[in-house]
Formats: sequence, C-alpha cells, structure tokens
Amino acid sequence: MRKFEKQSGLVMPLNRANVDTDFIIPKQFLKSIKRSGFGVNLFDEHRYLDKGEPGRDNSQRPLNPDFVMNQPRYQGASVLLARENFGCGSSREHAPWALDDYGFRVIIAPSFADIFFNNCFKNGILPIVLDEKIVDRLFGEVEEQEGYALTVDLEAQQILLPGGESIPFEVDAFRKYCLLNGLDDIGLTLQDADKIKAFEQQWRGVSPWYFGVQG
Amino acid sequence: MTGKTLYDKLWDSHLVTQRDDGTALIYIDRQLIHEVTSPQAFEGLRMAGRRPWRADANFATPDHNIPTTRNERAEGLEGIRDPISRIQVKTLDENCHDFGIFELDMNDERQGIVHVVGPEQGATLPGMTIVCGDSHTSTHGALGALAHGIGTSEVEHVMATQCLLQKKMKNMLIRVDGRLNPGVTAKDIVLAIIGEIGTAGGTGYTMEFGGEAIRSLSMEGRMTVCNMAIEAGARAGLIAVDETTLDYIKGRPFAPKGEMWERAAAAWRALVSDENAHFDRVVVIDAADIIPQVTWGTSPEMVAPITGEVPDPEQESNPSRRENMRQALKYMGLQPGMKMTDIKLDCIFIGSCTNSRIEDLRAAAAVVKGHKVAANVEMALVVPGSGLVKKQAEAEGLDKIFVEAGLEWREPGCSMCLAMNADQLGAGKHCASTSNRNFEGRQGFGGRTHLVSPAMAAAAAINGHFVDVRDMLLTLDR
Repeated sequence: MRKFEKQSGLVMPLNRANVDTDFIIPKQFLKSIKRSGFGVNLFDEHRYLDKGEPGRDNSQRPLNPDFVMNQPRYQGASVLLARENFGCGSSREHAPWALDDYGFRVIIAPSFADIFFNNCFKNGILPIVLDEKIVDRLFGEVEEQEGYALTVDLEAQQILLPGGESIPFEVDAFRKYCLLNGLDDIGLTLQDADKIKAFEQQWRGVSPWYFGVQG
Repeated sequence: MTGKTLYDKLWDSHLVTQRDDGTALIYIDRQLIHEVTSPQAFEGLRMAGRRPWRADANFATPDHNIPTTRNERAEGLEGIRDPISRIQVKTLDENCHDFGIFELDMNDERQGIVHVVGPEQGATLPGMTIVCGDSHTSTHGALGALAHGIGTSEVEHVMATQCLLQKKMKNMLIRVDGRLNPGVTAKDIVLAIIGEIGTAGGTGYTMEFGGEAIRSLSMEGRMTVCNMAIEAGARAGLIAVDETTLDYIKGRPFAPKGEMWERAAAAWRALVSDENAHFDRVVVIDAADIIPQVTWGTSPEMVAPITGEVPDPEQESNPSRRENMRQALKYMGLQPGMKMTDIKLDCIFIGSCTNSRIEDLRAAAAVVKGHKVAANVEMALVVPGSGLVKKQAEAEGLDKIFVEAGLEWREPGCSMCLAMNADQLGAGKHCASTSNRNFEGRQGFGGRTHLVSPAMAAAAAINGHFVDVRDMLLTLDR
C-alpha cells in the first residue's frame, strides 16, 4: 500500500448528506475484475448527463455543468469535503478505488458509514471526522476562496488551513501506523499466525460443528 | 455483575488477540463469496503466492450478474449476454476451482442469492462469525450469528488469515413490543425502525432486535429485519436463538447431525443476551403502532405510513436534511402533501435478499390471487431468492398464481434490486420494490424506487398505485 505522510491539496466540496456508494460508483462498473481504472466513472450519474457503461469513451460524454466536480476551479482536487454519513450503502471497495484513482487522498466529513470508512484505510485514503460546525465553516471558506487548499499532516494529526491555523483530528493508532508505513494488513496479521492456530485448535474442540462439514 | 449481550458473547468467543488501541483479530468461521467483490481478492492471493487459510470455511455462489429469464439460464454461462458480466461469473468458477472452494454454480439447482442460500443450506449456523463482501451480510444475524459485510481487501484478508481486524462495536437493542396488526410484516417493522432512528442511527453499533413482535416472526421475517440493519447504519444485526431458530436449521445439508446436533443445539440455546446485560442504547417501538410503510425518497429513512403523505421539506428545521429532502423529491418527481396512495407505479419488483424467501412469495401470491396486474404497470417481476425457493413455490402452485395475474416468474438472482444484470428500471419510472435500497439510480439509471413489503408490492401491482394492503385483506377475508 502507498504510504501516507503529508498531503497538500485543493479542496472540492460535495454539499450533500448521505452520499451512498451507488452515487460514488454505479453498479455497472462493478463488473470489472480489476482494481484500477474506476476514476473516470467516479460520481458517474452526477458528473455526466447520460448513462455510463463500462468500456465507453468517457471523453465523448456530455458533462453535467452543474456538478461541482466539473467546475474548473476544482480540477486537480485531492481533498474531498463532504457531509454526514458519507459512503453509506453497499460494501463495494470500488468506491474508495474510484476516489483514489481520481486523485482523492483525504476525505473530510462529520461522519462516515462504517464499512466505507474501513475500506478507505485499506487503500491509502485518510477519512477524517471533524465536528459538524468545523465542516460547515470549511464549506463556507472553500466556496468563498478559489484555490482553497489544505495540508494534512498525519504524523502530527493536524490539518493546516490556508491562514496558518491548524485543526487537530483523531485517528486510531494502528490505522495511523499502517498508513504512515504503507503496511499490508495480511502480512501483519500473519505475524500472529501462532496465536491464530492456537485459537483455532481450541475453538475446534469447543465447536467442532463449524469445521469440515460439507453439504 | 453486569451480564453479557449476545454480541458480547459472540465477540468474546472469537477473540484471537487484541492490540493496545482496541484493534482485535476476530476468528471467522464462515466466509460467503459471490462474483462481484471476490475477483480482486483471489488475484491478491495469487500475486502474493498465498492459499486460503481454511478452504472449507468458504462457500460461494454467483448472484449479482445472473440473468433471470429461463431461456438465458438454459444456455449456461453463454446465456449471460454482457461479456463483462460473463467473465466475472466465469472468474468465480475458476477461482473456486483453483483454490478448492465449495461453489453452487449458476446452473446448480441450489444456486441463488448468497444471503438466501447460506441459511437455506445450513452454511449459516448460530454462534458463527460470518463475513461476505456484501453489506447485506447482516441478514445472517437472524440466526444468532455475528455477521457483517466487508470490503474486498478484507475478503482477501479473511481468506489468507481466517481473521478479521476489528474494533468492538457498541451494543444497541431495538425492542419491538406487542403484536403486529394483520397485513403488517417484518419489512414494515424494519422500515419503521429506520424511519425512527435514521439511516446512520446504528453507525458504530451492533443492533440486536428483540421483543415479542420479533420473537413471533418466522426465520424468513427475522432475516428481512436483520438484512436491513445496514440500512440503519449497523454493520451487524442480531436476533437471539430460540426454538424457531433451531427448528429452521435442523436437517439442513451443512448443519450438524445426530449426536453432534444435540451438542450444538445445547450450546446454541445459550446464545441470548443476559437479563442484566448492558446496552449503550435502547429503542422501544410498539408493534401495534406500525402501519404498512412506503418510502417516498432516495434514502430508506425517507419513509411514511401508507396512510400518510409525502412530507414538505419546508417544514424541516435542519438545513442539511431540508436540502436532502428537496433533492430527493426532485429526483422522485413527487410533490409535498401528495397522498402515498396517489403514487402510481410503472413497475413491480418482488425479490432480493430482503424479501425473496418462500414466506414472502406466499404473502404476495395471497394478495394477487384471482386478480390482474393493472394496465399502467409495464413490468412486474417475481424473482425467487434461490432455486430451492423457486422449486418450493412451484410445488405450492404460487408460480401459476403470479403468471395468471400477469406477473413474470423468473429464475433466482439479485436481479433488479441493484440491476447489475439485464433487469433494469427505466428512467423516471416508479417501482414498488421489496428490495432494500431506494438510492438514486439503484434499480436503473433515473429509476424511482419505493421500498415496501411483498404484500404491499402485490397490492400495488393489481391497483396500479399504492394501496393499504390491510383494506384488501379485509375484502379477502370476506
């Protein structure tokens, strides 16, 4: 996994609550057996005016001029500012894959859906929960100032605003460690292989009916 | 001393190790696999030269991309017209073969929606920890198993290590007291709960459902309730084990047999929350107050009783919520103040992991029997949850009732719940759907979904607009 250290980038505001994973990446793009190439279809149903299909040349499709992502001032954004319950709905990891592939590295919202939140960390994206009042303020500032950018320092757990002010944020120690070092969860878990084997042996004794039964 | 909740018991019995910050490794007894969220996980194993930690803990069946017409199904893989979908289903077959994983392939009689097939085969058992790369894995909590949806990276992690990295959730109890009125079903219970606590109300919690109304439900009804725990934000839903649970499981192919069954059943009877267990949040609902529910918006929390009206965003004080309501009504093409019974339908969908089990089909058939689908309904699909549900329904003659009424009787799969196959809702069309999500575009680009129970969807089919199924049942009784 890519290491996350410090990230400076333009902020794109998505002023909408309960953005679900169908909104982030519609189902027809889930037919792919790959992990990459979803960025061009991020927010597909709102970004384009027509219906997207896998394999289509997206550069030929009509863009929705009213969607925030198509405004020139937000091109190249890497920080997504969102509203409450971002990422609700399905467990599709295609959602963070699409956000990452487009170039988003940080998502700031007052709250996230659990599965999506978890999936972000597996893909080098940092989801940050901030108080709703601070998020409101950021929405105001981003919309007011063209070129509004933030720096997110994961090590220090601080967000640096353009005026020099910094806002602290919380992150689980283990997730922070994995992101900072770009660590693969599986490798780390397998360091505990002996504990897993010991547990499994004990559990098989207690509940043999969960093992080896085939219909 | 404070007792333990059912969730506490399941967590404690599967805890392998815990780190200082509370992150734990939880042992996983069963992983259910389908074609959409698994190919990248298998590819990851291959790239790292890894094998599944315990192949026999995995159970696969394709469901999302599967065509549902008889002719397409008869052709096997070639019947999947979309080449990208076909590759995805074929890839699942190949991966299961290469990694020694049990699979019910698309033309196996037992194939179906993974959340219908798992319990049906006894691959879901009480006391298990269960994961699947699908958010509706919460369904399996109805059998007293700790079950939730995970992403593809976690699918690979569980395959490789038999464990999931998790922090313990908080405990929530939703107690539904008393008895339901006739015509009110499990679907109405869970929609009413979501309407009450909101689509993020359960975020960070494991949600146990209890109370007389829940205890009185069949296993099918309990699965409907737990299925939609995720729509209230909770990754896992739970219902305590009782004799209804054990009666349902006994004799199923993957369930223990003989002396092993007796031992297992004895252990499973302890899978209930202790009397003095502590819940971080308790919500109490009176079953008698629940009226058949219909969603009017683009989130499952945007729901109203059939006797109600489409709400007015201008009456909402929270600005973010008000804006959300405006966006939803614009997308849905509905006006504030409109009666729910005035919403006309173009399409009816009876199916999905929420409501495609035998009891659901019986309830829908009872309502449509002897009637015809209304002229303005362009498409009406009944998609059984599995090949075995289909077989049972046909043995009971339900297929004939549906076909005579003008509904299409299809082959099992996820179908128009998420419209990854050819079953799609047209732009601007209103659908009475027994599925679980009414998000924008969920059932098809521009489609407008109204979530309801199977009985309510059936009643809408023959009237062409929503009606209170309780009124129809009164007529039926006479």
